[in-house]
Amino acid sequence: MKCKVCRGPAIIDIRRHNANFCTDHFIRYCHEQVARSIKEFDMCTPGERMLVAVSGGKDSLAVWDILHTMGYEVDGLYVGLGIGDYSEGSGGYVSRFANERGLKLITIDLRDEYGYDVPTAAAVTKRVPCSACGLSKRHLFDAAAVEGGYDAVVTGHNLDDEAAVLYGNVLRWQSAYLGRQRPVLAARNGFPRKIKPLVRLGEREMAAYCVLRGIDYQVEECPMATGNKHLQFKEVLNAQEATSPGAKAAFYFGFLREAVDRFDSDPDDDSLGVCERCGSPASGEVCSFCRLIERTDGAEPVPVRFPTSKKSKKPNTPRSTASAANASDDGETT
Amino acid sequence: MRVLLRNPSREVEIDGPMSVVKLLQMFEVQRESVLVIREGTLVPGDALLNHSDTVEIRPVISGGSE
Repeated sequence: MKCKVCRGPAIIDIRRHNANFCTDHFIRYCHEQVARSIKEFDMCTPGERMLVAVSGGKDSLAVWDILHTMGYEVDGLYVGLGIGDYSEGSGGYVSRFANERGLKLITIDLRDEYGYDVPTAAAVTKRVPCSACGLSKRHLFDAAAVEGGYDAVVTGHNLDDEAAVLYGNVLRWQSAYLGRQRPVLAARNGFPRKIKPLVRLGEREMAAYCVLRGIDYQVEECPMATGNKHLQFKEVLNAQEATSPGAKAAFYFGFLREAVDRFDSDPDDDSLGVCERCGSPASGEVCSFCRLIERTDGAEPVPVRFPTSKKSKKPNTPRSTASAANASDDGETT
Repeated sequence: MRVLLRNPSREVEIDGPMSVVKLLQMFEVQRESVLVIREGTLVPGDALLNHSDTVEIRPVISGGSE
């Protein structure tokens, strides 16, 4: 396997591009894809201040590294979700990454500052944990960007993420969400601009980028996300991609080219007001985040549960073809 | 050969040498859904792994509701 550019030994193949790359040219490829997205979708310009929503996972650390390396001014914001050892580990990856590079990191802890955590919020609201998690992060990233005077919030959504979300929204024709599924959302009604510079890169590429750049990240899956619909959609699309390389990119970029303009990107603008408690945009008198704080007030903290889905057990231990199987669990998950 | 697996993290000992393709078939994982890592770098699909190697099969799929 040889590098498409220099013909030296390749370390990764990207089937949808029918291309192999060595380490140096793969890193260059990733930067070029981000630069292309920034230019094509008019995401940001040099000199603007940006805030990256960082989780400790591969995508957010990779996009922070790429934008910083490209010369952009990018600070990080990490939200401690209170998901036991998983959150503690994730926060550690983020702080080490920022410290090693001398980057500014803002940290908000849900339990310390707002009196709840994601497991408790999920139990109180009787909804999936990803719901309270997403609501909290969206609110806090938006508020921090506005209060801090940042020009845009950067998220690490990659091609696989966007294709999976699109697949889910198309399945149920969620027109309000379809209209907002763009690589850039302009600032509006108290919301900051949001950009997704990784939309041309798959998540295998982002994991490879981190390995090759020496970026340590949270490899373990969130114990509360196991088996959720987003992951199921990714499995469906990956099965398609395996037999038809490029299917995900064709699906997502075809949507942007042919269909996204048919959907309103700001369907709720006319009804948005201001939260009487925190001043954030709200569809009623009190925003969803402040209502969540109210509902969880005084609730007993709920411990993190182990995943029970069969999906969490992959990859499997070897079958009879392997000898001397000697598995040990290091207790990484919470 | 020591093989580190994830979700949950654990180690398995298997006999080598073995190709990357054969290793992934043994663990029933699609090549597109993982990286194979040896000594801090990626191992391409056509590489041969030695009996004395320590390798990690790292899943790359992640995500919540966002």
